[in-house]
This record gives sequence, C-alpha cells and structure tokens, in this order.
Amino acid sequence: MVRLTLTGNHCVAYAVKLSKVKVVSAYPITPQTTIVEKISELVDLGDADIKMIRVESEHSALAAVYGAATAGVRAFTATSSHGLLYMHEMVWWVAQARVPLVMAVVTRTIGPPWNIWTDHHDIMDQRDTGWLIMMAENNQEVLDETIKLFKITEDPEVYLPGIVGLDAFILSHTVEPVEIPEQELVDSFLPERRQPYVIKSGEALIMGNVPSDLLTNSRMRWDIHLGLRRAEKVIDRVDMEWGKLTGRRYGGLTECYKCEDADYLFVGIGAWVGDMRLAADRLRAVGMRFGVLKIRYVRPFPYLRVLDSVRGKKGVLVFDRSVSAGSAGPLFLDLVSHMYPHRLNIPIKNVVAGLAGYEVNYEDFFRIGESFVKEVSETGWVSEFLEFYPGR
Amino acid sequence: MGSVLNKDTVEVRFHGRGGQGAVTAAHILVDSAMRAGLWGTAFPFFGAERRGAPVTAYARISHSKVLTKSMVRRPDAVAVLDPAIMRYVNVFDGLKESGVAVINCTEPPTLPIKIRLYVVDATKIALDLGLVLAGWPLVNVAMVGALSRVIGIKLNYVLEAITNILTGRSAELNAKAAERAYYEVSEVGAS
Amino acid sequence: MERAEYLLPLSRPKVGVQGVTGSWRIRKPTINYVKCIGCGLCWLYCPDSVIDIEDVGSRFRVSIDYTYCKGCGICASVCPVKAIEMVKEV
Repeated sequence: MVRLTLTGNHCVAYAVKLSKVKVVSAYPITPQTTIVEKISELVDLGDADIKMIRVESEHSALAAVYGAATAGVRAFTATSSHGLLYMHEMVWWVAQARVPLVMAVVTRTIGPPWNIWTDHHDIMDQRDTGWLIMMAENNQEVLDETIKLFKITEDPEVYLPGIVGLDAFILSHTVEPVEIPEQELVDSFLPERRQPYVIKSGEALIMGNVPSDLLTNSRMRWDIHLGLRRAEKVIDRVDMEWGKLTGRRYGGLTECYKCEDADYLFVGIGAWVGDMRLAADRLRAVGMRFGVLKIRYVRPFPYLRVLDSVRGKKGVLVFDRSVSAGSAGPLFLDLVSHMYPHRLNIPIKNVVAGLAGYEVNYEDFFRIGESFVKEVSETGWVSEFLEFYPGR
Repeated sequence: MGSVLNKDTVEVRFHGRGGQGAVTAAHILVDSAMRAGLWGTAFPFFGAERRGAPVTAYARISHSKVLTKSMVRRPDAVAVLDPAIMRYVNVFDGLKESGVAVINCTEPPTLPIKIRLYVVDATKIALDLGLVLAGWPLVNVAMVGALSRVIGIKLNYVLEAITNILTGRSAELNAKAAERAYYEVSEVGAS
Repeated sequence: MERAEYLLPLSRPKVGVQGVTGSWRIRKPTINYVKCIGCGLCWLYCPDSVIDIEDVGSRFRVSIDYTYCKGCGICASVCPVKAIEMVKEV
C-alpha cells in the first residue's frame, strides 16, 4: 500500500490499471479528459498493458469497449455531460446485451449555456437503462468503487454494466490523500473475468437479431430489472470483502451517518454529502438531531434499506442536484414512490439545489435544515413538498 | 514562523497566472502536509484554463479529514506568485485578520491593510537556478518552500513531495529552489 | 393576458465581458508605423477584436486597445512586413 495525493480522475485511472483492464476507448470531454490522459500516460510508461482505441465520438467509444468486452476482456470508458448524452443509444444497447463493463461518468451539467461544472442531470438521465449507477463522495471511494464495480458487474447474479459517478471538479480535479492498494491485493480480490457469453472467431453466434418470440423478448427486458435487484446483495457482499482486505467499508448500497438517534435526515448522493455531514454535526451542536443518509447506488435503488433508515424519523430532506423537469428531483421520486406502498407516512421535502454547478455547502445545508425543523415542528407537516434552493 | 498550523484547518489561496503552476503548487503543498501526518485537499479555481490570465488555486491543510467541497473564501494564508497581478486583483480579498501573505517580490509592497507580510525573491532564485520555461521564470515550487516555512511544514516533507510529484531535472532544480526560498523568506518589519 | 417570464441562455457581444483581459498579457504587440503598410490583416485576424482601423485614404492606420489585448501574438505572426513586435512585458 502506498499513499499518494491524487485527483478523483487519477484515482479512476489507477483503479483501471489495478483492475487489469485490457481495452480503453474514450473521446475527450471536460472534465473527464484527465482520466484517459492518465491511463495513456501509464500505458506509455509501461505501467499498464492496455490497448487504447482512438475514436471520433463517445458513441463509438462505448461501441468499441462493448466490442472488446463481448470478446472476453475487461474494458473501460469514461465520459461526461454531452458526451454521455451522445453515447446514450449505446448505453441502452450494452445493458440489454448483458455485457459487463465499467464506465466513469464525471458528472457535469448540460448546456446551453455552455457550462462545465457539476450537477447530476447527465448521470440521472441514464437511470432507466439497466446499468448499475453509483455516486462517490471522495477520491478514495472513487478508486475503491471502480475496482469493486468490475467484480460486481462480472458477478453471474448481475452481468450488467456499471457506472461510477464522480462530481466534476470538486472530485475530478481536487487532490486528496489516497491509499493505493498493492497489485497482489487487487489480484486476490478480483477473480478472472466472467461474462454470460464470449464472441470468438470461428464460432457462429448472433447477438441481437430480430426476435421470433416477443414474449421472450419481453422477459429479457424484465430480466434486466431482476438482475439489478439481485445486484443489491452482490454490492453489499463485495463491499464487505473489500472491507476485509483494506479496512475500508462504505456500507454497500447506502451509508448512514449518525442516523440511529437522529430525528431528521438529510438524504443525498455524491460529493456534497461531505458538507451534509458537517451541517448535521453543527445542527446537533445547537440541539437539532440530524443524520445523513448517503445513497451510494442510485441503481439498483436500495429502497428497502432506505425505508429502514427513514422509518420513524420526524422529517426527511431529500437533496437533488438535478430535476426531472415537470415532476420533481429523481432521488426524491424514487424514495417517495416506495414509501407509499410500504405505508410510510412522514414529513418529507425535496430540495432541488446546486444545479449548473452553483455551490451549495455546509452553511447552506445548515440553513435549510434549520428552517425545515421549524416548519415541521410548527405545522406537523411540510407546506411545499418541492422547493428550489435559490442560494444565499 | 510556523504558527499558522496551530489551527485545526488552514485555508490557503495561491495567486498566479494561467500556466505559472499555481495548481501544482497547491498540490505539492498538500502532498507535503500528508507527509507531515496531516490531511489536505488542493483544487483549482474551477473553470477553463487561460494562459496568462490571473488565476487562483486553493489548499486546505487540516489535522483531520477535510469534508467540505466548498470554495475557500476566507483564507488564512495567500501566496502571490507574480506581484504584477496585484495591479488587477485584490490578492488580500477575504484574508483573515490573523492571516499571512507570502509575496514573490524584490521590494516589499506598501499595503493598504495590516497583515503579517512575508517576502521572498523567488524570481531571482528561479533565474539563478536556470528554472525558466518559455521565457517564464518558474517560481511556483519555490513559493511552496517559502509558504511551508511560514505555515509550519518542515522542509524535508516539502522536498519529499517535490521528488514525488515532479521528475528528473525539474524535480532536482525545483527542490533546490524550494530549499532556498524556505530559508530566504523573511517577515517584513520583523525585528 | 399576462406574459410569462422566462430565462434564455442568450447574450450579446459587448466590450469587456470577461473583465480587463489586458491583464492576461505577458508580451505586448508593438506596431512599428514606419514598417506598417496599413493592409489591415492584423485587424482581420485579431481573435478579440481589439485592433481598430481608421481609413486614412490610400491605407489603414491600425491601433491596438491594450486594455483588452491578451497578447496572443497572432497579429505579429500574420503581419506580412513584420511590423509588429511582441515585447516582453512582465
């Protein structure tokens, strides 16, 4: 184990190298670019044995790594924002083909106006596709989860591709101390690659031709949903395995910070969860018992775990860094839609904030938390279930 | 010197020009802090890079893990790589009253505010050592040396960080520059 | 009927929208008016529109707005008679 100071993007690159990925293809886009730059640097130095494929677009980048993965090797790509949207058709294709591979999405807002800062519209736009989708809070988690995702996606219970998400700049370009595991440790953790089928030369196999039986086709679609549901157990198990080897456990699907005795919860994903922790501590210091429910995996959405965490609370504040325009924040929609059939009826509010990279930090969370407690204790409920945070 | 690190978290802002290495300076500072047993984060002013434009980079050095991802708005220390940008930018903006400033200059500037001011001629150090790239004296790593002395990070950690982050001749020369700046930095008005 | 309010991602070009970009300059394009033939190529090529031309009959007289010139050096590079020199400023 060595300790280095690395950006989030370089953490992804080191994880790809340690996972012995064989093929990488990507198209440059800020803030993703330094991931693939670092990988090509590692290849150039002879530190990694990776075939880099140059392409003219993100659509082709995912097509290229999909091809490599179908042929039986570990493959990786990375993108952001408009690149991910341009790739979107292939994102669906790879999941339905049941080909495990890993992609890093450095979350960045969508234009116009042209803007390179973080919000979660790009990654949330992928949540129906059948990919596993996780968001990391810090650089160590970026590195660890990228490695773990290879194991999770290649588990026979899952066999679906996975996205590791990291916020633009506040993780991707921010340097933090990070522990880099030894190659032997990663080797002992990651088994030989497994996948549902391999396309080899000399063996006739057709993937994706016109179905003769639409009911079977229909079941294939539903089977992706089942695969993601089964992935919940795998994610938790792999988290424990990694924890045993490295001492770093993240809680698998979710992590709860000071939830047990909390009256109120912040719920969120990604880098700003760190600021939520600070805000919860400060609110506790003035007598408001807050906890933080960090949702690590958006897909599969860990609703049973989430419901367990929010049950019995006096109030829940769900923060979304994107909005399903015309409805509400996607995290909130997922959470509340599972509360009703489970007969959970507690005050819950969705705050949409930090869109287009507008900074929302512990001071903001403190202020929002404080007024939420006031609202809930005075009225017993929430007046507006959906609010846009206008900033300071 | 070295009293700034008595606090739990020290927030630092580097002022330079795009291409001058302010981001690398912040990175080396945090790497030095990690070697000294501390935690830290370093980050650029998020946005498009523009060569020649006044830019800022930031670092947080702490005794515990840094959880916030917010911008540094009230720094404890500022380091100015190019004094000429002081004509356009208020480099002391938001600097705490107890704060310190380390400026690369030959003549200490007269300041409109009262702060603890440190100066070092990092440009001369760079020119003496032949640390010049595309006509620019490379002062960023020397400024990390000076700043480390002021905030209380020992030189050996800084030198280790430099050889870890830079390579070859650049690492060698920059280590020399940092060492000279570490010893040459002086407080203005100190007896 | 009440008119809906909406925000549009539009802007119009104006002077100094990025601030005083002359502060970015480390080399200053300096015109030698003895050599200058007044062709106006520098005016055409300037990516920041900081070169002004004045029609003085048979030729143009060019001038540079140093408040906004970033010092990229394109004018010096395209000048057919090498009448623009990039002089070190900082």
